[in-house]
Amino acid sequence: MKKNTVLSRAFLFLMFLFLYAPIFVLIVFSFNDSKSNAVWGGFTLDWYVQLFQNQTVLTALRTTLLVSLLATLAATVAGTAAAIGFSSMRRRSRNLCLTVNNIPLTNPDIITGVSMMLLFVFAGQVLADLSAWLNAQSWAEQANLWFNFSFNLGFWTLLIAHITFDIPYVILSVLPRIRQLDPNLAEAALDLGASPLTAFRKVVLPELMPGIINGALIAFTMSIDDFVISYFTAGSQVSTLSMVVYSMVRRRVSPEINALSTLMFVAVLVLLIAINVRQARQDAARQRELRSAGRV
Amino acid sequence: MRSKGAAIPYVIWMALFVVAPLVLVVIYACTSRDGTPTADNFSVMLQYAAVFGRSFWLAFIATVVCILLGYPMAYILARERGRLRSMATMLIMLPMWMNFLLRTYSWVFLLERNGFFNTLLSSIGLPKLDIISTSGAVVLGMVYNFLPFMVLPIFSVIEKIDGRVIEAAQDLGASSAQVFRRVIFPLSLPGVLSGVTMVFIPSVSTFVISRLLGGGKKLLLGDLIEMQFLGSAYNPHLGSAISLVMMVIVLVSIGLMNRFGEGEGEAVLL
Amino acid sequence: MKKFLSLLLALSLGAGLLSGCVSSRPTEGSDASGEDSAASGGVVNVYNWGEYIDESVLADFEEATGIHVNYQMYDSNETMYGKIAGGGADYDVVIPSDYMISRMIAEDMLEPLNFDNIPNFADIDPALLNPAYDPENLYSVPYMWGLLGVIYNTTMVDEADIGSWDLMWNEKYADDIVIFDNSRDTIGIALKRLGYSYNTTDEAQIQEAVDLLIQQKPLIQAYVMDDIFSKMEGGNAAVGTYYYGDFLTMLENNPDLAFYIPEEGTNIYVDAMCILKGAKNKENAEAFINYMCSTEAGLKNCEAIWYSTPLLSVREELDPEVSGDVYAYPDESIMAQCESYAGLPQATLDLYDSEWTRLKSAS
Repeated sequence: MKKNTVLSRAFLFLMFLFLYAPIFVLIVFSFNDSKSNAVWGGFTLDWYVQLFQNQTVLTALRTTLLVSLLATLAATVAGTAAAIGFSSMRRRSRNLCLTVNNIPLTNPDIITGVSMMLLFVFAGQVLADLSAWLNAQSWAEQANLWFNFSFNLGFWTLLIAHITFDIPYVILSVLPRIRQLDPNLAEAALDLGASPLTAFRKVVLPELMPGIINGALIAFTMSIDDFVISYFTAGSQVSTLSMVVYSMVRRRVSPEINALSTLMFVAVLVLLIAINVRQARQDAARQRELRSAGRV
Repeated sequence: MRSKGAAIPYVIWMALFVVAPLVLVVIYACTSRDGTPTADNFSVMLQYAAVFGRSFWLAFIATVVCILLGYPMAYILARERGRLRSMATMLIMLPMWMNFLLRTYSWVFLLERNGFFNTLLSSIGLPKLDIISTSGAVVLGMVYNFLPFMVLPIFSVIEKIDGRVIEAAQDLGASSAQVFRRVIFPLSLPGVLSGVTMVFIPSVSTFVISRLLGGGKKLLLGDLIEMQFLGSAYNPHLGSAISLVMMVIVLVSIGLMNRFGEGEGEAVLL
Repeated sequence: MKKFLSLLLALSLGAGLLSGCVSSRPTEGSDASGEDSAASGGVVNVYNWGEYIDESVLADFEEATGIHVNYQMYDSNETMYGKIAGGGADYDVVIPSDYMISRMIAEDMLEPLNFDNIPNFADIDPALLNPAYDPENLYSVPYMWGLLGVIYNTTMVDEADIGSWDLMWNEKYADDIVIFDNSRDTIGIALKRLGYSYNTTDEAQIQEAVDLLIQQKPLIQAYVMDDIFSKMEGGNAAVGTYYYGDFLTMLENNPDLAFYIPEEGTNIYVDAMCILKGAKNKENAEAFINYMCSTEAGLKNCEAIWYSTPLLSVREELDPEVSGDVYAYPDESIMAQCESYAGLPQATLDLYDSEWTRLKSAS
């Protein structure tokens, strides 16, 4: 392919300007010693101090990290298991499962959110009615039992929702790895006397690992970034960071929000650089290995 | 590995948390407040045809703009080599990882009547830009938020095009325009299709962008649904009916598009 | 075999979850959950309007009682209603406005209060007792009240144009007008401009009002609730309607703003604290309501949000300049121009919802 001209590089530059200028303006104004979003009033770190004293933001940050980590963990395990199960299904049932699996991926988020909210509220009501009915039974009274199955939207429903939309991503990134898997490998291990579990752990799992890690990363990103589904399923007790940002921008806007943007930007930047550096090191190491192997 | 059983927990999970919620949406859509079956929720919807029209139209424009900007971007990026390229791909992914609401908010900050842009413009003697609370601002918000979702799939497809195919075309006397039109573009179509899916669906169903950048004036389908569930006009039955219709339209059009592009659109993730 | 194992796993997981939900029967007359939480101080879940409290009051309350406050905010009565009617939310204390309280009483969503736990109720202005929305005063304790009016930026609006609701329809200020993002207030403005009552149930009048609002829509810059603060304070809009207390807050940040009550009349409202039906922390909720009615908390809140207080002791302590403000504590002549929102029958409420959606979806 031909090399890029100056013109096309200039286009690229403009596009990056478009993507980054707004973020940089926010960053600059997070140090602005004035509430105005247009006039510069001197340098300050006040907004950062206020942000770190803002209990709502801190709690939401904790909730977001907890939900994302737990959901990623659960989704990675369940998704990997499901992918393995899917691949050994008959074609017909596998296609059906994959179609259903694709629903949360292709469906607009708002529909996933709304429909899960309906389900949770419905289930909560059914269970509340059930416990009331059980409590009215004479045998329950005799046994001195008190049933209380009712629940409300909250951390657990939020977590279930996150797991549900995370799993499909894990499955989609593990499945191709399974297809590439050489079935003889596992059989060889079995023939050599490994138990099925050992064969899975020592032979199959390492082969699937890159897909699993990739899936976990995507799931984590999706959980962290989600707003819409959380908005509908979190109920009244918990809020994720996105939800707090949403209520912040709809009220009187404080420059704290600029400080928050800056911190998130820096966090993501550091994370990405770390991943890239690690990748580069691995690539370099592999190349060195290849070269030395070639010489011998 | 004969282990169908491993999928059973997830199949149950899907039945509970993917299928059952959608069944509930259907039930809600077909009943009235007191639980009797009715088709009113659908007939009432004709009133909102304008909202459907506006949502699909704005999402369509945003998708087209994303292709027009994103395709050349991905193409140029794919032709870069070495450090510049890996840095540039990272730079495209980075805003995607930053909170979506904050990204949208940054434009409110810039575009507000007395915001950053207008102060800048008036300080150099230019007239003010009155774009906040217009459809233009909403489309801008969509493009800004979802552009990376267009660039990345196209980039990863173009990147994988075998250089020898292009050389072969050149050896056979194709001009560079021909190479692009007859070889590169057709081969990159799956990337474009998956980009279209990833831009169009969130655009057509958003309620945050229209709320923040559209001033609550340019109601989109997402706003309409949100209003019926958690917003200012509580009617989950109507909300479910609207969701159902939107879902069917979206899924059918995506299905058609993938059939047209011979599937595989799903293969490119992030 | 594997299939069986996974089924077993699923079942045992389910059983584990269930076991947490079965306990021995609570003894007669005691509130099991209340006792549990009282021992550790417990929690109270409060759902209030945004920008409607001095947040340090929450910390004071936690310190004084050991009860932890989960505090969340809504932006309009209708959003609050949707969230609670949709189910799945468990708040204890909510602070709706008058008309919403009567709707919630009618729909059996509120719990009668035990006034023995709210001794500070004695400090409430007698004029606000036994209001139309809660005739026997069983469910609500007034939190704040005030007037609704027009806020304008004196540098952008010609003084000759002010005085009536017509300003909101004045084409001179096209794209510089902001209006409420909730059905009752917005449709109410149009009803008043047409000379009708806020509480009309006449379908034709309500539709006429919404038609008027659809005409107005091209002039509107945005439908806002608390985002009006940045719109008006930053000079991003010239004309808006909001509550007088919030106008005073905006004035602190932008001295160019001014307020008036339209000659056609306006709304006077009371926002009152209520406890939701089936609230899990009822006693804590009553303790919270009682604390909010203390002179100390009342004064702090009043000086933070500038709404009119129902607490007599707080009014005495206020700066005379504030307590003498005719819009904050209006006299007879202003009161004569005001009408409060009353509860509406279900048919009218449904009409409001569908007409509101018609307005918002109009192009």
